[in-house]
Amino acid sequence: MKILVVVRQVPDSTTSIKIAADGQDIDRAGVKMVVNPFDEFAIELGVQLKEKRSDVEGVTALVVGPKQAAEALRTALAVGCDDGIHLDDDAFTKLDELQLAAVIAEVAKAGGYDLVLTGKQEIDLDSGQLGPALAELLDIPHVGAAVKFELSDDGKSFTASRRIEGAEEVVEVKTPALVTIDKGLVEMRYPSLPNLMKAKKKPVKAMTAADVAGCAEATGAIGGSTLHDFQPPPERPPGKIIDGEPDEAAKELVRLLREEAKVL
Amino acid sequence: MTNDILIFAEQRGNKLHPAALQIVTPAKELAIKTGGKVVACVIGGNISAATDAIDQTGVDAIVTVSDAALENYSALTYRSAFAAALERVQPKVALLPATFMGRDLAPRVGARLKAAVATDVVELAIGDDGALDVKRPIYNGKAFASVKFPTDRLALVSVRPNTFPAATGGDSAAREEIPYAAGAGDDRITVKEVAKAGGEVKDVTEADIIVAGGRALKNEENFNILFELAKVLDAAVGASRAACDAGYQPHSRQIGLTGKTVTPMLYIACGISGAIQHLAGMRGSKVIVAINTDKEAPLFKVADYGIVGDLFKVIPAVTEEVMRMKG
Repeated sequence: MKILVVVRQVPDSTTSIKIAADGQDIDRAGVKMVVNPFDEFAIELGVQLKEKRSDVEGVTALVVGPKQAAEALRTALAVGCDDGIHLDDDAFTKLDELQLAAVIAEVAKAGGYDLVLTGKQEIDLDSGQLGPALAELLDIPHVGAAVKFELSDDGKSFTASRRIEGAEEVVEVKTPALVTIDKGLVEMRYPSLPNLMKAKKKPVKAMTAADVAGCAEATGAIGGSTLHDFQPPPERPPGKIIDGEPDEAAKELVRLLREEAKVL
Repeated sequence: MTNDILIFAEQRGNKLHPAALQIVTPAKELAIKTGGKVVACVIGGNISAATDAIDQTGVDAIVTVSDAALENYSALTYRSAFAAALERVQPKVALLPATFMGRDLAPRVGARLKAAVATDVVELAIGDDGALDVKRPIYNGKAFASVKFPTDRLALVSVRPNTFPAATGGDSAAREEIPYAAGAGDDRITVKEVAKAGGEVKDVTEADIIVAGGRALKNEENFNILFELAKVLDAAVGASRAACDAGYQPHSRQIGLTGKTVTPMLYIACGISGAIQHLAGMRGSKVIVAINTDKEAPLFKVADYGIVGDLFKVIPAVTEEVMRMKG
């Protein structure tokens, strides 16, 4: 069994986001980049499967991004992935999520993976499109936002759970398949310094658009949405602080919610 | 491609998702601009009541795909059914609610039909060049960006719940049943169970009102005062990451960056200081109330109403006042 983990590098969640001067991106100067938190769960699940099972041949981590995205790959390798693929080309930065899925699909097809794992969404653009789109392009089933995952003994199927509105959905899925991971399934182990050093020796294959067979055709035929006019969130008008003893304040709050805000 | 706007009228168990009624509102506005019709699409097992419900919103036509195999949502069967409906109607734009189902289905079908997709959209417009242009939150609401669609492809858009009012009115629409044809290999996913979680308490992602607690609640038992308020408000109970990590509440109730993102009509934050990761998960709420002893808590900066005080005194007083008001 071969496992592919698709990883993104994103701005750290505590970073304050500023809009770039031309309004066509965020200001990326000095922004700390980290492994997308939901992809960390996918990395850990892949590594744990390899540790627990003798039939897992290897776990490959794939990242798309500029030179510095190699750091995300190194983290994945340091916690136990066996090898890496770095899709590094300026042409990739202009792709939308469906086009990105089309590029990754071309690479993944050549790898013959039985299980593709990734986070339920990327915390920069928050679209959550990559996993389901990649599964469709690979013509394999997917489970979105899984919180439980149990691979069968023969590896031919798995059971997964996902939380939906007010319920939990349990599905049985045949492999090859793709799973996007939600919080709660696993937490990624800490990449130790010695392992980060060792990770440098693990094989990483860098690929440009020219190295991906069918890249131009695949991306030209799908997606094509473009982001523009980045804006700060609308200012909320300053709130009202309600003074008084708890009983009075509570009374006033309920009155305002009913008469002014009209939500009760 | 026609000038029509299709809406995916999400249902489970023959009950429409409230967001399905809401997305008809922007669909009508887009249809005025394109000169097309609003077509609702209902997919499922027994969907008669859900179909009747969407017929109360003034849509121009309804297409249905109904089969026992569609009783529960599966990414494979639903993508086959939804793709068939889209290919039959050939809309310019298709809107889905940005729910678990809509967010899962839109990119999958988008990839199948070689469309372009945007997630969790809050504004929609059609430019003079005929291209759909939408606005959506990014970086967990810390910024917004516009997304422009190509004009030669289907645009699939999931719309953030509680962004638009539910549509009403209009005559009953013409209905067309589209036969369901299972795709090859659609049986690779089997839905084993859909287990209701939590029983009587609503889930944070489906509630109009959320009462959320932080570490200041100090233990699981103290959350009972939030559950009491939630009960009288017909609300869901949420929690901060700190409260979930401390074991006061399960992670299924966690609101924030690594938890759930919610956009209810009313969000009452009790003893939550408002770390940036928590704000990320709830700042899209229509009305925000903060109750905290610390007047410097960041949550007061996004709150519409704040009470600086002891939540153990304030919350029971609010509960009592709501009960009195509701008689």
